[in-house]
Amino acid sequence: MNFGFSISPSSHIMMDDVSRKRFDALKKTEPDIAICMSCGSCTATCTAGANAEVSLRRMILMLQRGKDDEALAMASRCLLCGKCYLVCPRGINTRHVLLSISKCLGHDEDI
Amino acid sequence: MIIEGKQKIWADYQKEIPDDHYFYVRSCIRQSFFPASEVVFLDITRNKLGKDFFENPYHTTCGGIAYHSDAIPQETAMTIIARQFALMHESGYENYVCSCITSFGCYTETLETWREFPELEAKIRQFLWDSCRKELVKPKYLAHASDIIYKFRNEIAAKAMFRLVEAKTGRPLRVVEHIGCHYAKMFPSKGVGGAEYPYVLAGMIEAWGGEVIDYPERRQCCGFGFRQYFVQANRGYSLSNTYKKFESMEPYKPDFIITNCPGCPYFLDRWQYVVAEQTGKTYGENGFGIPVLTYEEVAGLVFGYNPWDLGLQLHQVAVEPLLDKMGIPYDPAMKYKGVNGKELGTPAAPQNIRFK
Amino acid sequence: MLDDMNKVVIKGGGAAGLRAASRLKRNGIDTVVIERESTLGGHLAQWDRLFPDGQKAKDVLDRLLSDINGVEVMTNHTITEIQRENDIFKIKLDDNTVIQADAVLDTTGFDIFKAEKKQEYGYGIYDRVITNAELESFFKTGSDRRIDNPKKIGFVHCVGSRDIKVGNTYCSKVCCATALKQACEMREAFPESEVYTFYMDLRMFGKGYEDLYLKAQQDYGVKCVRGRVSEVAEAKDGRLVIKAEDTLLGKPLKMTLDLLVLMCGMERKDGFIATKNGFVEQNITDEKGIFVAGTAIQPMTLPETIANADAAVLDIVEFLKRRK
Repeated sequence: MNFGFSISPSSHIMMDDVSRKRFDALKKTEPDIAICMSCGSCTATCTAGANAEVSLRRMILMLQRGKDDEALAMASRCLLCGKCYLVCPRGINTRHVLLSISKCLGHDEDI
Repeated sequence: MIIEGKQKIWADYQKEIPDDHYFYVRSCIRQSFFPASEVVFLDITRNKLGKDFFENPYHTTCGGIAYHSDAIPQETAMTIIARQFALMHESGYENYVCSCITSFGCYTETLETWREFPELEAKIRQFLWDSCRKELVKPKYLAHASDIIYKFRNEIAAKAMFRLVEAKTGRPLRVVEHIGCHYAKMFPSKGVGGAEYPYVLAGMIEAWGGEVIDYPERRQCCGFGFRQYFVQANRGYSLSNTYKKFESMEPYKPDFIITNCPGCPYFLDRWQYVVAEQTGKTYGENGFGIPVLTYEEVAGLVFGYNPWDLGLQLHQVAVEPLLDKMGIPYDPAMKYKGVNGKELGTPAAPQNIRFK
Repeated sequence: MLDDMNKVVIKGGGAAGLRAASRLKRNGIDTVVIERESTLGGHLAQWDRLFPDGQKAKDVLDRLLSDINGVEVMTNHTITEIQRENDIFKIKLDDNTVIQADAVLDTTGFDIFKAEKKQEYGYGIYDRVITNAELESFFKTGSDRRIDNPKKIGFVHCVGSRDIKVGNTYCSKVCCATALKQACEMREAFPESEVYTFYMDLRMFGKGYEDLYLKAQQDYGVKCVRGRVSEVAEAKDGRLVIKAEDTLLGKPLKMTLDLLVLMCGMERKDGFIATKNGFVEQNITDEKGIFVAGTAIQPMTLPETIANADAAVLDIVEFLKRRK
């Protein structure tokens, strides 16, 4: 029956349903993703981010909240210019992290 | 669950509820949603408990429904409230009892606002005089009608014909208590038991033999929300809130839900039908829903009123499974007969939720 | 120089009181410590390990205690009245003993915030909600029936701190570092567990604290979520369902935990004690001859408390000298 309205999906991130398998696999190659403190330096200086939504700190968070597809879509917009690497106060090898995100999530479903 | 922890909080939030002589004001929508609830409340308090309840025929809506829908400004709502208070005083009463939770929230909010901003009270006093030539006298006590039933819950238990137990087995019924948001969320100290662990309905359930269910989404709003419900495009949000609550309470297998707000029982009841029609899912036993009752209806059942005199046939979710559990006799043939046997008409059968 | 004087009564035998007592003794000042409990050490005695590097609290306490050898200590005593007669204080105890003193140092410290006041966290109602102090006692004793091989553990920062509604507007300073210290310890105790901390800001200001933060993330895999837990409920199996916002993603979040630890802050029933000047007279009260040190003034870490007690001793010594 059409009521003209329906149940909307919850906007909550349901952490119980989030599988950490892929994030943990990525962390093996890129231990640095654990030390991001979300300062936002990478996002602020991002070349691609000036025109599209790109934020490495958000990608790292998304991967921990089960939003792998959104993270991957973001990663695909990166120009690999390396400016974020220059500004990261924790010295995260950001370009490498980005490539690993694409590699781990984009090409190998079974990680 | 450590029940002593809750009891400690309940002991901290015991508001003073006067013993007798109340000025009663009705809800604007409950008489069409749950037509017998207010009548039964007055019958129980007046005739079974021997209390003095006065209704002034000139009382109106509290204005809350318009206020919360952004149709009138706060000053207008407050002036309506001031007029209600003036009527109470003219009638010789000082204990104000309202049937509606939205009203209770509006009255509480208004009194607290006047306490903080006396200049606003003076302004409203003037508005009332200019528009109605009435003198504002504030109530000495403000109570919600469920506070009254809570106060006399043990007297009611002593006179009970039926208890909230499965008659055959003696098992206490598992009851979800749902409190209207504006009962205590804005002013926790104004509600029996506070806002996080309200006791007003839990106390009734305990006194009448049932067992209270505490489930993860207990504190969540039913989702009614004037803005959400009135606009069809937003109605899905209202539905989704109710759906979330049912998903959360489902594992506890509630026998019924008791409520103290006009909107909550209506939507917890009606949305079960919509959820069933949209998803095929029902939450009661054997394809039924979970019956949703007002606290007056529950008190009425406990007292032994005829279920059809309580208006239970106007619920979307069939109440028969609950009546059967409690061992309450009823005549199925009389379900859709009104006063003096008048035919009310039989509703069309839903596809996915049993109604008989 | 300070020969024919003088007596100082220290009210409270916690870290500040013990440190001050040892320093006063070294300055040749007759000192008596009044402690209401049966043992010395205050909160420090209840703690297992200290941030940032996990030093045993007992080692620090033992050092403080060995430093007061020879100082008169009266445990199981409370001060019922302090009377001033000219420049002499007459301090009456609960057993009617009266001690005469030239100065009084208040080191009565703090109380741990009563977690049940934050009703939304369900402490005292939901079995698996515990406090930082209770977790510390678990680390000490190794037993707490509520901690049964937890798989998912949460820590809530700022419980009773930075909270106008409970009347505590300030930051308690020690909880951020304590949370991360305890989070690492839980990962050590339960290697299979996932540990989340829910913070509003991570205030890792002291020496080695930022390193602790990095270590928690890097070596212990502690997951820090920026957002305050706003509701705790119990699921049917007794586990806890919590709601918080991941404010860095801008999304509400819900998860089930086996254990929730509330980082209860510091408070005092009658408020912290005011001093004359927060910069240059930090230990001097408006009442001449009455001094204060440590967390009775404001929340402090342990190193700060000890430094603050030292500073109070300097003020007291000067005060006594000037009176000669």
